[in-house]
Amino acid sequence: MSKINENTVLEIDTLKVDFETNTGMVHAVKGVNIHVDSGETVAIVGESGSGKSQTMMAAMGLLAGNGITHGEVRYRGTNILGSSIRQLNKIRGAKVTMIFQEPMTSLDPLYTIERQLCEPMVEHGEYTWATAKKRAVELLELVGIPEPARKVKAFPYEMSGGQRQRVMIAMALANDPDILIADEPTTALDVTTQAQILELMADLQKRLGMAVVFITHDLGIVERISDRVYVMKSGEVVEEGNTKEIFGNPQHEYTKMLLDAEPTGSKAVVPDSNPIVLDAKDVRVEFETETGFLKPNHVLRAVNDISMEVREGQTLGIVGESGSGKSTLGRAVLQLLPTAGGRVVYLGNDITGAAKKKMQPLRKEMQLIFQDPFGSLSPRMTVGQIITEGLLVHEPQLSAKERDLRAIQALEEVSMDPAMRNRYPHEFSGGQRQRIAIARTMILNPKLVVLDEPTSALDRTVQKQVVELLRNLQKEHGLTYLFISHDLAVVRAMSDTVMVMQKGEVVEKGLAEEIFSNPKEDYTKELLAAAALKPA
Amino acid sequence: MLRYVLSRLLSAIPTLFLIITISFFLMRVAPGGPFDLERPLEAKVMENLNKIYNLDKSLWEQYLIYLKSVLSGDFGPSFFFRDFSINELFAQSLPISMQLGLSALALALAVGGFLGVIAALRQNKGVDYSVMAVATLGVTIPNFVVAPILTLILGVHFGWLPVGGWGGGAFVNMVLPVVTLALPQIAVVARLTRGSMIEALRSNHVRTARAYGLSGYTVVVIHALRGAILPVVSYLGPAAAALLTGSVVIETIFGIPGIGRYFVQGALNRDYTLVMGTVVVVACFVIIFNLIVDLLYAMLDPRVRFD
Repeated sequence: MSKINENTVLEIDTLKVDFETNTGMVHAVKGVNIHVDSGETVAIVGESGSGKSQTMMAAMGLLAGNGITHGEVRYRGTNILGSSIRQLNKIRGAKVTMIFQEPMTSLDPLYTIERQLCEPMVEHGEYTWATAKKRAVELLELVGIPEPARKVKAFPYEMSGGQRQRVMIAMALANDPDILIADEPTTALDVTTQAQILELMADLQKRLGMAVVFITHDLGIVERISDRVYVMKSGEVVEEGNTKEIFGNPQHEYTKMLLDAEPTGSKAVVPDSNPIVLDAKDVRVEFETETGFLKPNHVLRAVNDISMEVREGQTLGIVGESGSGKSTLGRAVLQLLPTAGGRVVYLGNDITGAAKKKMQPLRKEMQLIFQDPFGSLSPRMTVGQIITEGLLVHEPQLSAKERDLRAIQALEEVSMDPAMRNRYPHEFSGGQRQRIAIARTMILNPKLVVLDEPTSALDRTVQKQVVELLRNLQKEHGLTYLFISHDLAVVRAMSDTVMVMQKGEVVEKGLAEEIFSNPKEDYTKELLAAAALKPA
Repeated sequence: MLRYVLSRLLSAIPTLFLIITISFFLMRVAPGGPFDLERPLEAKVMENLNKIYNLDKSLWEQYLIYLKSVLSGDFGPSFFFRDFSINELFAQSLPISMQLGLSALALALAVGGFLGVIAALRQNKGVDYSVMAVATLGVTIPNFVVAPILTLILGVHFGWLPVGGWGGGAFVNMVLPVVTLALPQIAVVARLTRGSMIEALRSNHVRTARAYGLSGYTVVVIHALRGAILPVVSYLGPAAAALLTGSVVIETIFGIPGIGRYFVQGALNRDYTLVMGTVVVVACFVIIFNLIVDLLYAMLDPRVRFD
């Protein structure tokens, strides 16, 4: 463990952060000590709610209005915690800069990239507008944005998430900072973009020599880039040390659990004798974008002639980055979106473009689970009402009492206390909500379930539990899954066959084991390299 | 850009046509006519009058005649102010109403916007609560109550301001009507600005601005307010309509010779052309204001530029 020394740039000393809320004081950070030496990379790891972000936000004076801080934060020996905004503004944006988790919203949508890059440079007095503009172009080139002289005039909405994050990095580097604080900078990005951004950050650090504080929940990233690690749990640092030590020989139970949280196991291939549940041939989905009156409409082909055959008990993992058309495909096979071509056969029934009347009885057997456990449950219904709502449609003959009984069974099946059915969704965590969503599906005894990124919004440890739950349910009920995800670790743990999608087309398709151990296509290889999976 | 403006103006034509048609026939559904006095006119006189004003023709013919004259920019003769045409009446009164309405709109934007920003910056503190309390009062008290009270205090008790009349648009004459007309709008604008400003101050890009040590002015005005003003801009269209119709009451109370009072007089006297003229003028204003709003919006927000 390194000690505070003359090289220490930033020192967080017994920092406490409390939030005043209507329901009383919330202690988010409970006396944290962290120090950062010049030129090193320090990772702060923890799951959501561990206080890792709030620690750095408090240090930079960026807490919400109801936040209260205690302790000291010293930048090169002087305490900056609780100092005036004028004092703080000499340091933040000049000596200590930040990049954030949300590349899509962290830049002001109303101003050009140039304007936003130049503002901090001019504000901190090192540049005039003219010299800053020149530097802005250089910075964009440095962070690898093509055609920087043109892109500098662009507005944020004209750029992709990865490019926006590069712009944020450029902004962070503008005034040659001592420390760059990166708060989950790659979480909102696709895996391949993630890898590029990490590479860029590592490269820039090597060249420019600033210290980097990396806040993340992703241990894979930590292992790759950091020198030292702080592990945080519910507002406290539970373990700290060199990355090698922490990964090689974790001491604290929580660290061990985090390290062990990558979903493991794999699924046995189902025999060819199982009946085919879903047989889709050349499915095509198109979206028309209206360009104007009397002008030909632009047609976007989101899914381009994709075929699949899924047998009972099988899990087909559909992998791809955002915009690859994987969710659209999932909805199209369930006939929730109109298809522009091809046919979908479910258990011998051709359901392509089937009328609502014909689909209605089948809907019960073909279910969908969504990514966002916060948005997909009605906040005004109790858990019991949410779970049994489908029964009102599909089994209207049931009495209220029978429905309640089914709700109890369903909740037990997803390992939740049935007494919870009278509560409202906001009282539950993300993982519990996803269990509720699963219970809502299971109560109808489905045969085919399309899971659209069901674990993506969850912490790793919770993910692992949900993956196990889904596997158990499949085994017990002989379910057939279409498992859509960008997360290769989860897909590997869930599926027996895998389909890799890019830009609406299938890149590669085959048994999970083969794809993960011996990918044929370059794109698959790239995805696998970016994900840096541990050997199964 | 020019194409957009032109296409918007063209698309206003069917709207105006509908408004004219509907109000024309609605007017005629109302019982009574322009020459029905308490003591009935002689049959011969009545007949002559009806002939002069084309009232003896069928409703369809009258409608077509009216449409034709409106197309050539002539709103016809007034039935009640017999020596004047509607165009003459409007030439005198419309500038007055516009001056009144625009002054009130400007006042509402300036004061309301300022109060809203202050309240947002002091969220859940005393200043915030008092601004919002005043704003609630501003919305709830109707202006026919505010007007006499203000007149009583400032005009009668202290004698600082004239209690009525336009005085050719003199500043002292404008104060009371403009303030009374603007008060409810100030309240609405303040509330709108506060709400969107609070949201803007919490947004991620404002956090970025603060994290990069930008000055308070840059953070609040350049990064938060420009985005926060967008909902207020959207409200300008309805606000313009509210100010024009609101002026009906204000102009009557303060005895201002604007178009507002013609609404009332025209309707009561069944002065068909006068009512129709006012309706068309107000509709034009609302349409133009909505166009201005959309153009302003595009100016402020690069994401909705028309190319």
